Amino acid sequence: MTEPLLSIRGVTAYYGAIAALKGVDVDVGEGEIVTLIGANGAGKSTLMMTIFGAPQARDGAIVYDGQDITRTPTHKIAQLKIAQSPEGRRIFPRMSVVENLKMGAAVTGYAHYDADLQRMFEIFPRLKERANQRGGTLSGGEQQMLAIARALMSRPRLLMLDEPSLGLAPLIAKQIFAVIAELNRTEGLTVFLVEQNAYHALKLAHRGYVMVNGRITLSGAGRELLEREEVRAAYLEGGR
Amino acid sequence: MPDAHAGAAAPSVFAVAFKDAALAALVALGLAAPMLGLVTVQTQSGIELEQHWGRVAIAVAIVFAGRLLLNLTLWRPGRKKSLGYVPPKVEARLARFAKYLAPLAILGAVVMPMLPFTERYAIDLGILVLTYVMLGWGLNIVVGLAGLLDLGYVAFYAVGAYSYALLAQYFGLSFWVCLPLAGILAAFWGVILGFPVLRLRGDYLAIVTLAFGEIIRIVLLNWYWFTGGPNGISGIPRPSFFGLDFDRGDDGFAATFGLDYSPLHRIVFLYYLILALALITNFVTIRLRRLPIGRAWEALREDEIACRSLGINTVNTKLTAFALGAMFAGFAGSFFATRQGFISPESFVFMESALILAIVVLGGMGSQFGVAVAAVVMIGGFELFREFSDYRMITFGLVMVLIMIWRPRGLVSTRSPSVFLKEKKAISGSLVQEGHG
Repeated sequence: MTEPLLSIRGVTAYYGAIAALKGVDVDVGEGEIVTLIGANGAGKSTLMMTIFGAPQARDGAIVYDGQDITRTPTHKIAQLKIAQSPEGRRIFPRMSVVENLKMGAAVTGYAHYDADLQRMFEIFPRLKERANQRGGTLSGGEQQMLAIARALMSRPRLLMLDEPSLGLAPLIAKQIFAVIAELNRTEGLTVFLVEQNAYHALKLAHRGYVMVNGRITLSGAGRELLEREEVRAAYLEGGR
Repeated sequence: MPDAHAGAAAPSVFAVAFKDAALAALVALGLAAPMLGLVTVQTQSGIELEQHWGRVAIAVAIVFAGRLLLNLTLWRPGRKKSLGYVPPKVEARLARFAKYLAPLAILGAVVMPMLPFTERYAIDLGILVLTYVMLGWGLNIVVGLAGLLDLGYVAFYAVGAYSYALLAQYFGLSFWVCLPLAGILAAFWGVILGFPVLRLRGDYLAIVTLAFGEIIRIVLLNWYWFTGGPNGISGIPRPSFFGLDFDRGDDGFAATFGLDYSPLHRIVFLYYLILALALITNFVTIRLRRLPIGRAWEALREDEIACRSLGINTVNTKLTAFALGAMFAGFAGSFFATRQGFISPESFVFMESALILAIVVLGGMGSQFGVAVAAVVMIGGFELFREFSDYRMITFGLVMVLIMIWRPRGLVSTRSPSVFLKEKKAISGSLVQEGHG
């Protein structure tokens, strides 16, 4: 494999005295979909936040596109064409859908705003119907679409998604995964996907990592992990 | 037992109402007995307790009867409650009407001093109201748009007022030179305050800004040789009209324009001055809302973490909000100084901050028109109640409680988006669940 787009080496992170990440190594290659699965409280979302610099890693290094971003402030990281759809969506509830999307384009200086807005409406036609509605009045699935679309408005090279299927009807979750796969295939968008929905995530991803208690315990190709006995037992059986 | 209520005989409505009223009366007795019943009186031998049990009885009786009446009428169980206090249809119609209301209000404000029946008192009151409209609009940037709860806003008002007063006193600078300087100095202090509180939000931010407001006031009070302390600064020069003073002299305003001298000229001039300053504040705010920085403020109010992960520098965004809000307070402060001709720390107490904040909250955070209406109602209302100044604060509190019950998001709770797709559409505040919007 050539030099990965994002490389995480021995990263530890703490909330006060509690270690949330205990030395994590993850690589995300250009054009790949990489997923990170694990149970509640394994540290998946913490890793996601640590890549974005909040909380910052205590030890280890995070290198993106040959640049060390371990100590870079969050808003500077966002300017490096990494976009994040954070846990809990975090859309702006009192602002309209279009305003939310425009906020996503802030980092590009609105250079491609009009074209990108049209593109988002093509990818997520539901957002066009709701364009002038408040973000807070959207349904959960629509809010998730909005969060992803807002992240895409910055024309990222690397898109990081935290639990995009959380709290969604299976059909909507499937739609969202289909969109992610489509963007990866047609535009070569690199995706780092944190998920609890292990079955869908591993089916979609090229490679996957399994996290337990702040450590990576397993890694491999997505389909391969799907077949592994320990993964099936822990994350799939009955949970499909 | 599956259902305890079904088994027992349902108590009559009257019994329940009576019991509830009796409980309320008991609470009233507990409160009234020490507060109304016992009065300390100064006598020659010291302090004596005077007893007024009649008053207590009256208070308890009123509470009991009132509660009983309400329980049997308005609060009667099973009484159908009206859905929402303002139907959406009416609200939509009001919103459409509001579009014409704002220009009409501005027109009214411009014409008011020229009307034949307008007296000096009305213009004076207009100046006072407009000062608070301007302060409300300035604070609206910080609280309404950026969502930073600032309880020490009056500090910047004080900085503006003292900047002008001191610059005029020590360097003899004129109002027109000092106006921008006062704004810049206040903005500078806004940034000074902004830096240490960058990490704070909500209640914590409110406490620190409250303390900041007090620090400024106490420094002004105790820095005797520089600020005059509690004596304040008097003889602050009045503003001139492009270099023409409003006096009886041959080169005064009246003589130059061939008018008979009248002290009213200056009052009218001050009125238009504060009107212009307020409208500038409004115009700047409306423009900024449509620019990236304004949108960033609003996004910051909604979700700071999301903002940062979208590449917004939240430090700069907060500091600009503080600085701009403070700048307008500085302008208003130097206007206040030149209008009064005398300032002292007494004018910049916490009550002022609370009043300005109340104007913003009652008007509807982020709504320019609502803030203006709230300022007129509050300050105008204060003037109306001047006769009964003892009851002023009670009425003030009552109005606040009522508005918060009926319009929990303030008088004007609609927020019109700054970016549209095709047609413009205001979104009603009532469409979003309380606490989630």
